[in-house]
Formats: sequence, structure tokens, C-alpha cells
Amino acid sequence: MTVNPSGWRPSAPANEQGEKRTVTGNRALMLEEPLIFEMDGADTTGVDFAELPQVKTRLGGLERLRPIGLPGLSEPEAVRHYTRLSRQNYAIDLGLFPLGSCTMKHNPRLNEKVARLPGFADVHPLQPQETVQGALQVVSELASWLLDLTGMHSVAMSPKAGAHGELCGLMCIRAALEARGDKREVVLVPESAHGTNPATAAFAGYRVENIPANTAGRVDLAALKSRLGPDVAAVMITNPNTCGLFEPEMKAISDAVHAAGAFVYCDGANFNAIVGKVRPGDLGIDAMHINLHKTFSTPHGGGGPGSGPVVLSQALAPYGPLPFVARDGSYKLVEEENSGDEHPNAFGRMVAFHGQTGMFTRALAYILSHGADGLQQVAEDSVLNANYILRSLEKVLDAPFGKSGPCMHEAIFSDKGFADGISTIDLAKALIDEGFHPMTMYFPLVVHGAMLIEPTETESKASLDQFIVAIRSIAERAKAGDQALKAAPVHAPRRRLDETLAARKPVLVYRKPEPAQAAE
Amino acid sequence: MRYLPLSDADRSEMLRVIGAGSIDELFRDVPDEARLKGPIHGLPMHASEMAVERHMTALSRKNLVAGDVPFFLGCGAYRHHIPASVDHIIQRGEFLTSYTPYQPEIAQGTLQMMFEFQTQVARLLGCEVANASMYDGSTAMWEAIVMGHRITRRNKTIISSGVHPHYVSVAKTMAKFTEDQLATSLPRLVAETDAERLIAAIDGETNAVVVQYPDILGRITDLTPIAEAAHAAGALLIAVVTEPVALGLIKSPGEMGADIVVGEGQSIGVGLQFGGPYVGLFACREKHVRQMPGRLAGETVDAEGKRGFVLTLSTREQHIRREKATSNICTSSVLCALAFTAHLTLLGEKGLRRLASLNHARACEVAERLGAIPGVSVVNDSFFNEFTLKLPTEARPAVHAMVEKGVLGGVSLGRLYPAAGELENGLVVAVTETVTDEDIDALEAALKEVVQ
Repeated sequence: MTVNPSGWRPSAPANEQGEKRTVTGNRALMLEEPLIFEMDGADTTGVDFAELPQVKTRLGGLERLRPIGLPGLSEPEAVRHYTRLSRQNYAIDLGLFPLGSCTMKHNPRLNEKVARLPGFADVHPLQPQETVQGALQVVSELASWLLDLTGMHSVAMSPKAGAHGELCGLMCIRAALEARGDKREVVLVPESAHGTNPATAAFAGYRVENIPANTAGRVDLAALKSRLGPDVAAVMITNPNTCGLFEPEMKAISDAVHAAGAFVYCDGANFNAIVGKVRPGDLGIDAMHINLHKTFSTPHGGGGPGSGPVVLSQALAPYGPLPFVARDGSYKLVEEENSGDEHPNAFGRMVAFHGQTGMFTRALAYILSHGADGLQQVAEDSVLNANYILRSLEKVLDAPFGKSGPCMHEAIFSDKGFADGISTIDLAKALIDEGFHPMTMYFPLVVHGAMLIEPTETESKASLDQFIVAIRSIAERAKAGDQALKAAPVHAPRRRLDETLAARKPVLVYRKPEPAQAAE
Repeated sequence: MRYLPLSDADRSEMLRVIGAGSIDELFRDVPDEARLKGPIHGLPMHASEMAVERHMTALSRKNLVAGDVPFFLGCGAYRHHIPASVDHIIQRGEFLTSYTPYQPEIAQGTLQMMFEFQTQVARLLGCEVANASMYDGSTAMWEAIVMGHRITRRNKTIISSGVHPHYVSVAKTMAKFTEDQLATSLPRLVAETDAERLIAAIDGETNAVVVQYPDILGRITDLTPIAEAAHAAGALLIAVVTEPVALGLIKSPGEMGADIVVGEGQSIGVGLQFGGPYVGLFACREKHVRQMPGRLAGETVDAEGKRGFVLTLSTREQHIRREKATSNICTSSVLCALAFTAHLTLLGEKGLRRLASLNHARACEVAERLGAIPGVSVVNDSFFNEFTLKLPTEARPAVHAMVEKGVLGGVSLGRLYPAAGELENGLVVAVTETVTDEDIDALEAALKEVVQ
């Protein structure tokens, strides 16, 4: 099989001298687009309004006197501006997006359609509860599925994203500990954890210590046990972990943590590998966030919105945040006005209103589409796809844990064997030229030059095969020391960007260049 | 199953390549007792697109649609008309289905959009710099308080009684887990804000004063004296804006000396959606940017010298700094930021000003008419598109009674401040450009009847 049946080799070094520059800077379908501030839009608007009634203003004498500096575009100009920008983005809709631990799967369009039904999209969060029974039922039905799928006791729906869910979980743990008069100060986090784990623990007022990993890429149970003590509040574990491996001793870990009076927080970022196959509640977990924007396919949108409901064990359930949805005959929202009687230990709000309700609608549609059988198939196919990649690439790339058995939903490789001067980033950037989004690079930190590949279940075998061919070819070049890799990508909208310059002299907003300073 | 492309033949072939006899062998690290033997018992199986759509549509019909009735709710979420092209733009797959732009060479679309968003937000709020979004206004406000703590190294924060009570609740929740002390109080149903009390409360230990502008009752207060008093004591002024459309017509908080301005961007480009997802706005002075939370896009050049954009100053962030990061935030609200920036670009300054003027004019008209109902008075001297009525009865039952008449007539302060005395009689009414003459007639008639 060849990457491109025509025989054209897209990864061949670009002939920069031979490439004719165009007058406009455009290259056929790749169109350069200025900033809105560089267009002539000072007096333009793309929105028409009714005539203004004349009234005496009541603005407290605070009328704005100076211009804001917001350019406008007519509708055709605006549509073209954003369409041109959009074409400079890679996306799942275009191809494989194998970012490890990010679960970039297809986003079903039915979910977008139902979220836009006026009965969901055009409903105010403070409407009287008798007018939002359908919306509350969505929250309730989704909550019920999440509990069934995780085998947990209750769920806090309001956290806005994974990291916010982590915070919710740690706050529940701290509230539970304080309720029994137990002030503990340390949270243990494996070195391979997402950066959000230690950051969250610190944000919740804890000191962070590392848990060592064993040579098989798992938590070192003996080392963990020896560190547990009366100062440890919680252990944060990612399972499957960020090396793409299931923690086979999870139950023993939980038992040891509980025996020491602490709680187990599970980072649910990798739930896609086990959804419908394993219930975290059966493994002794006390709290776990679920990234609806990963496992349940709500779109990532270039960096959010996410949604991070947190499932809780019986021990933590009384301490969840407000509000929550309850049912006695009709659905009702338990918030400040009625929380005292029904939820006396709630630690309060984490957000205004009720969480990412627009994401709940999408996630529920996704779950109903798959059903219990489909979700199990999701886990199985995601694990199958990742193992297919692992075994297809382990002869050309070093797979540090390949010998210890199958991986879960993502496969990890290192840069061992690359020629001097060639690094993971060079392979990643060359992959861009081949038409793929790179994998997660240099994470987790425990693997040198890590490449973490998560294909997800929504990739076909043909798509995986093309990806495998591309990586094999680039890996061979990396081992042979092909310096052309350092120049990649050459076919993307931009060549490699100078991140050091950006950080050294930050330009974070547009400022009109003044003639005197323009040459600076 | 329509979302899963592998065929059984593919699966067999792939297992052969892997060298596994069955899928179950791939799950061998999961202890047998933890492995479910089949689909979870008692749950529905997969369903067709038509069946799911039917179910979801049925649920959606159990809600009263804001656009179907005379509608006057605000208090942190506002119903504005959103041009059709905004939704078209955010549904472009290249925006909708892309990730955080970690590979800038193939994410210039998102990065340039973030840079434009940051510039628009900074200018609108009157600050030097802005980030690429937070979860929402309430979490942005808490992040501003702890950012202030890092800057001033003080931990006492005074929150105005005019700040949205949900925002105050979030701050109170979070402060239980940090060393921050918050001074909070309940608003009073009077025209004057608590500006003078805030100024009197500032001392040498104050980290920041937090003021909402316009506030929860819709009142607009000059932030300049508060900023001056805060700065004289070495403290910061944090301003919170929940209705950014107002800034088309009134001075920005930055202009009046606010050091950090945060806001809820929902009212520009993002619909009501029963409360989320929304988009937090976060802007500050350039000298404080390294203490700022969240993602930032910055300008740079590529290897050929072409202008491009990258995520920058990441050494503030969790994926680099871990427990020493300025915040634990990772995913924020970029797609909602795109909706915000696209809507604001369509409006432009001219359109925003017109939109704001129309909102204010409509609100003035409604305030005058409702204030003329016997027993009903308008609390505010000043307001933008939202004001508070003092009713002769409790507002909460009045709201429900108006629903019976097919009118969503406002937010009762009793819902936001349970058991808070005179506040129980407060009704906050928001009036945007979407309100028609007939809607106003209907509200006036309904309110007249229910307060009789």
C-alpha cells in the first residue's frame, strides 16, 4: 500500500526556490486573511436594527464618550473572514486526530441538531421550574446513565470541564474529611498524571507529592502503601493511565487508600477505554469526573466548552455542590432556596446556574444513540484500534510498555532510536505534511520524547492503515537522521512558528502600528 | 451502529495482526471480577437517529420557549437576537471539531480568532490585555480574586452587595478551600448602590474590591471613586460585567480604573441554553499578565517570516507548571468565544452602539409603564436594559402567576436571595431588542392583575 496512489511524495523536501510566489500571497484554496482590525470596518455593520425611539436616557451620567475601537464587517465579509480562517485549522471532520488522552472522536451532527431545538437552546436558566421540566429531565436522564455506567452513588452535574470536575471531587473529599474533624494536607499524584491533577490539588489547598511508577508503567503499590498515612487526604489516579495502561491493582490501591483513611480520586479522562465494560464503582473509586467532551463526543470546539460531571461514592455523596436535580413527581432543581432541608452538607455552588446544560443535551443524544450495547462496542473498538496501532508500529518505534501486554485505548512510544538531533517534534511536524494531526507529544513525562496515540473508535481500518504507513515512513527517516524533518511542515498554512519570540515579547492584542514604531 | 466504522471482518483481521484471539484478551489487565460480561443490564440498547431525535424533541417540548412568550428575564443571562451567520460559523467543522491549538501550523484559524477575540474583549472592557476565555463569568470572578491575591499578597476581599448572588456563592464556596477572606452583604431595594460603604471598608489589608457593573438590580454606579480609594490603599478594583452589551453605551470599567475586569460573554453571540455553556471574559493590565489564568494567543512569525499566532506564556499554565500554575483551568470556552467574536464583528462598534441604544430605550419605556402600576415602583434611578421593581406583594408567587398568563415576567429576587426580607418583593425585569410592543402590553396587563 502506498500513502498516495498517484506516486506523488508529499514529504519530499519543498523546493522553495522553485515555488513561485503569488502576488496575493494566496495559494489556490489556501487564502491569507488579515485581522479584522486591518480591514476598513470602522463604520461598517452587518446587523440591521429597527428605528430608535427617542427617550431621555437613565444611564447615571456614565455615557461612553470615547470610541471603543471595534471594527465591523458586513455579513458576506464576516462569513468569508471566518470561513477562510476555518480552513487553516485541522479538525476531526478532516482526518485522524490522534491526540492521546484527548479522545478526539467523531461528533455526531444529530447532537448539534437536538441541542438547537428551541426548547433547549432558547430557555433561560432562571425560568420558573414548571416551565423547564424537559430540560430538568435531560439533566436527570443523563445523570442516571452516568451512574449506571460508573456504578457510583450520585453525580454532581455542574462542573464546567475536566479540571473543574477534579476540583469538585477534591472539594467533596476535603469537605468529608473536615466533617469528621480530620485535617489532612497532602494529595498524592503519579508523575504521569495530567498537569491539571497537581494544579487542582494545589488550587484546593493541598500539598502535592508524587507517587512513583513501576517499570511496567503502573502505580508502584508498595511505594504508595509506604507513603500513605494520616496526612494523606487523597490519591489521584488516572485509570486507564496516561501510558494507556489499565491499573490492574486498582482495587488493591483503593483498599489501601481507604484503610489509611483517605479517598481515591480517579481522573476519568480515559473513560472511553472502559465505558460499558468496567464500572469504576466496582474498583473502589470515591470520585471521578467524566469529560463529556471526550467519552460522550460533545465537540471540543478548539478548546472548549467542556463539561465535567463528577460521580461520587456513597461516602462523598452528601458533600456535592449545588444545584442538583431531584424528582418527586415532577423534576425539580435543588438550589439555595430549598437546599437547607434536603442537602444540608452541600458545600455550595461551583458555577452560576446549572452547568453545561447545552452539552448535556448532546451527550444524552450520543448515549441514547449507542445504548448499553453500543457504548460497550465503543470501548472495545477504541481498544482494538489502539492495539492495532501499537502492534503495527512497535517494529519501527520504541514501545516502552509493548512487551507487558495489550494497551487500552491509546498506545505510547518513545523517541529511542532516533538519530542524533532528531526529536519527537520533528516526527510530529512531518506527520502534519502527511495530512494528519500529530499525536500528543512529550506527555506523559515518564516516557522520553513520548508520543501518545489515541485513534478512538470512530476511525476506519483504512484510515488507520494510511496513518501507519505514514508513521513508518517518517520513523525510518528519523532513525536515518533525515535533516529535512527539521524543516517540516512545509505544506501547512504556516511553517514552524517562533514560540520563544511570542513569549519573550508578548503581543496579545492588536495595536495599530504607528509609523515611527513600525520599523522597530 | 452508525458511528462505528469497523466491520466484523475488519475486527477479525485486526485481531489477527495484533495476535489476540478475542477482544476480551485485550482487556486482560482488567481483573475478571471487575469486567462486565455483557451490556449493562436493564439499560436501553442502541437506537436509530430518528428514534433519538423523537425522544429529544419530546423532551424539548416540555419546556416553555423564551421566544414563544413575552419574555423579560435577565440576571446574568440575556436573550438577544443572534444573526444566523453566527451559528453557521461556529458549526464549521474546522472550528467545531478541532482541539486546543497545540499545533499552531495547522490551527491558525482558531489562534487568529482567539487573538481577535482577545483584542475585542480588551477594548470593550477597557483593559490592555484579555485572555482567550474562561468557563463563565462566575468562575472568572473567582479567578480574578485569587489573581489579585497573588498580586497584592493580601487575602481580604470586599464583594459589593450588587454582585450576582450566584457569583458570590461560587466565591464563598471556593474561599472555604483557600486562605481568602470575603466580606459580603445583601443588597437593599434602594436606588443607591453600596459604593460609599465599599470605599469606607477598604483598608491596608484589602486585596480587592469586587463591583458588578451594571449590578444585579440593574443599577449603574461610577467606579472611579472606588478605584481611587482602592488604589490609595494598595488594593485592586475588580469589575464584573454580566451584560457586555451595556458597554456599547456606558463607560468601560477599565476606563474608570478597574485593574481586572471579568464578565459573562453570553449575551453576545451565545444563546440562553438553560445556563451553559457560556463564555467567561477576563481582562487586566499588561503588567499583571503573567499572573493571569487561562489560555493566551500571541503574535509571532514562522520560519519564513510570515505572521502567525501561537499559544503563549504557557509557563503560567498547568500543563507546564503543574502545582505551581496560576490556575488549574485547561479546556475553557473557545467555541463560545468564537460565537462572541463573530457576533461582535458583525455588529461592529456602530451596530453595538445601536443595539445598546435600542435596549436602553426599550427598557426606559417599560420601566415607565410598569412604574405607573398602582403599588409598583421602580427601584432604580439608573439602569441599562434591566431594572428592579418593588412589588406590593412577594415577587415569587407573582412570577408563577404571570406564567399562568403566558408571560415570563422577570426574575424574583426571592429565588436568588431566599428568605431575605424586603428583597422578597423585588422583581428584576430585563428588556432587550427582542421585546415587541405586544409583549410589553402583555407584561403590563399580567403584572397589573397579579399585584392587585
